[in-house]
Amino acid sequence: MSGTESSGGGWLKRLAAGLKRSSSRLSEGVSGILTKRRLDAAALAELEELLIAADLGPATAHELAQRIAKDRFDKDVGEREVREALAQEIAAILAPAARALAPDPARKPHVVLVVGVNGSGKTTTIGKLAKLHRDEGRRVMLVAGDTFRAAAVEQLKIWGARTGAPVVAGAPNADAAGLAFSALEQARRDGADLLLIDTAGRLHNKADLMAQLQKMIRVLAKVDASAPHSVVLVLDAGIGQNALQQVEAFKEMVNVTGLVVTKLDGTARGGVLVALARRFGLPVHAIGVGEGADDLRPFDATQFARALLGLAE
Amino acid sequence: MFDSLTGKLGEIFERLRKRAALTPADVDEALREVRLALLEADVALPVVKDFIAKTREKAVGQEVLRSVTPGQMVIKIVHDELVRTLGGRVGSGGSEAEAGDIDLAAVPPVVILMVGLQGSGKTTTTAKLGLRLRQRDRKKVLMASLDVQRPAAQEQLAVLGQQAEVKTLPIVAGQPPVDIAKRAVMAARLEGCDVLLLDTAGRLAIDDALMAEVAAVRDATNPHETLLVADAMTGQDAVNVARGFNEKVGLTGIVLTRVDGDARGGAALSMRAVTGRPIKLIGVGEKLDALEPFHPDRIAGRILGMGDVVGLVEKAAETIEREDAEKLAKKAQKGQFDMDDLVSQLRQLRRMGGLGSMLGMLPGIGQMQKQIAAAKIDESLLRRQEAIVMSMTKAERRNVKLLNASRRRRIASGSGTSVQDVNRLVKQFEDMTRMMKQMGKLGQKGLMRHGLPGLGLGRPR
Repeated sequence: MSGTESSGGGWLKRLAAGLKRSSSRLSEGVSGILTKRRLDAAALAELEELLIAADLGPATAHELAQRIAKDRFDKDVGEREVREALAQEIAAILAPAARALAPDPARKPHVVLVVGVNGSGKTTTIGKLAKLHRDEGRRVMLVAGDTFRAAAVEQLKIWGARTGAPVVAGAPNADAAGLAFSALEQARRDGADLLLIDTAGRLHNKADLMAQLQKMIRVLAKVDASAPHSVVLVLDAGIGQNALQQVEAFKEMVNVTGLVVTKLDGTARGGVLVALARRFGLPVHAIGVGEGADDLRPFDATQFARALLGLAE
Repeated sequence: MFDSLTGKLGEIFERLRKRAALTPADVDEALREVRLALLEADVALPVVKDFIAKTREKAVGQEVLRSVTPGQMVIKIVHDELVRTLGGRVGSGGSEAEAGDIDLAAVPPVVILMVGLQGSGKTTTTAKLGLRLRQRDRKKVLMASLDVQRPAAQEQLAVLGQQAEVKTLPIVAGQPPVDIAKRAVMAARLEGCDVLLLDTAGRLAIDDALMAEVAAVRDATNPHETLLVADAMTGQDAVNVARGFNEKVGLTGIVLTRVDGDARGGAALSMRAVTGRPIKLIGVGEKLDALEPFHPDRIAGRILGMGDVVGLVEKAAETIEREDAEKLAKKAQKGQFDMDDLVSQLRQLRRMGGLGSMLGMLPGIGQMQKQIAAAKIDESLLRRQEAIVMSMTKAERRNVKLLNASRRRRIASGSGTSVQDVNRLVKQFEDMTRMMKQMGKLGQKGLMRHGLPGLGLGRPR
């Protein structure tokens, strides 16, 4: 938890390093198939399987492979060319999604509700978001809205101390909606710019837990009719196609406005992002590439696509 | 969690069932769909390929028994192969979980090491396992968190330990994991504990420094079981994770968490196939008692839409207290059944996981479950009815006759429902009590068998 590294160019390296494992396998695979080879049906099937293995999902993988094949089928193609083309296709799909979380300066505070399934990395993401926006000179306040998980409040308090953001917390098992209400009132009094509200992890198929989130939103609206201004869904890069169901459910129930994808520093490839971008078109505000306070970075479609295909240096 | 796959395969086989004979083309078509379904269910590609190859080998040239349709034959072959891949034994009834549970046959304190990625549910699972060992196996358990990475992780285990009434090792700030582990073994030995559970920090299988650390913990404590805790939602990465941990730490088993989600859970197949290690337990909820043994054939049965009837019966037996049921039956017989009893009935239904989870276990009901989910009549109705009763005074609960129009209005606004809702519940309640009195004359067996009619809930047809 260094939390002090802060070189602007460093993050690219970090992302590339984080994605290295995933990309190296994918790119090795692509080279294996296409180094000196005719792009025939078998090669295409293998290409498709490589994309599937990166969690793009069978449908997206099929479509991408077809697009790549369109002008190149039955021609001798270089491995680099195919990779570049794939990266371009993927970047084109992801490009509209690359929108950072931009707090509205007119809002005092801009309220962000952070939601997600258990263990996706909500609390850590809030800690990192706090760091990011503190560094940009905003007054950030955190709300320990996960009143269910043991020691979640303590965890957020530690992040508060690390980033110099005050933390509003209640008693264990207290009503999270009530807590959010008073936190928003306090944030208004204190003139905070950004209010980041943590919530308990919940599986998207538990109707009652999702209803609790809706209640939080209703209660927030009593203080500020426009709140929450952002609802951020935190997704673990390791999940597979269930990410689609997750986004769908959270979007329907609490009107998610953007995503943060975490744990991209592992072998998980985050390919499901491509499928998500096609289907929902939600902004990807940031990606998590480590446990440190600085390991949250803006999402850059081209960099991501190139890194995924092993083209980033 | 496997419901969506169930639906997929159901469709395919529905088509197959309609044919008289199974051609090789039919097998191929079915297997193409199976392959796609498995991939969409996040089963890892190499595992899918292997599975399809094995299944095709078995399906082609297989003699179709006269008494079954070719479609049923393919279902059986796919099912058996699924069970086998998930680690079950096929044939001879084969319903038992494979060597299943946690192995405690070692010199105490038996050390169990929990490893996994960040956010897979290690700490919660450790506490669940602690509770299970204490309650079910009557073991004296000590838990220790070696997680010095995530803020407040050690505190989390300490709090969970209190909830589960399982001892946790006192926290010494700043101590490195290997030292905590050694201290934990000493403490477990001194206190005469049977089992020591070591929760570790979440780590990536490719993080060599942290993997070396957990290997050092392993060498210092000589665990009898090393369990990989993995999320049922995991995608293709499941193979890398399982293989990585197995190679670098050496696993003895897998615990699959968040099985109560709606992920199709292909990770179960992947990790089992890649490591050859059994899936020992599954996490099915946020509460500390939501940890269950893994039954390969039941889950394979669910995949194929055959339903998990055994699971349903077990769940019912676990949740419904026999004594309560008898007491209730007596009350009902005497016509003393009141609103409080109704609430306890509603709660019992909810405790069983609501209608949705019960229906999910019944055969051939997958499609209907979707409709019910769409209609949202499951939990919310039970909750609303409970809220109505909770908004009544004690006197009203004992005697519904008190409920005049004004009281009903008050109850409706108190419970956030409408007067019509209240009326409906009262009507149901009156129907129920009338029916009970009649049945009381038939003897209480009638009631026990028929449950409580008139709740107006299911009517699954």
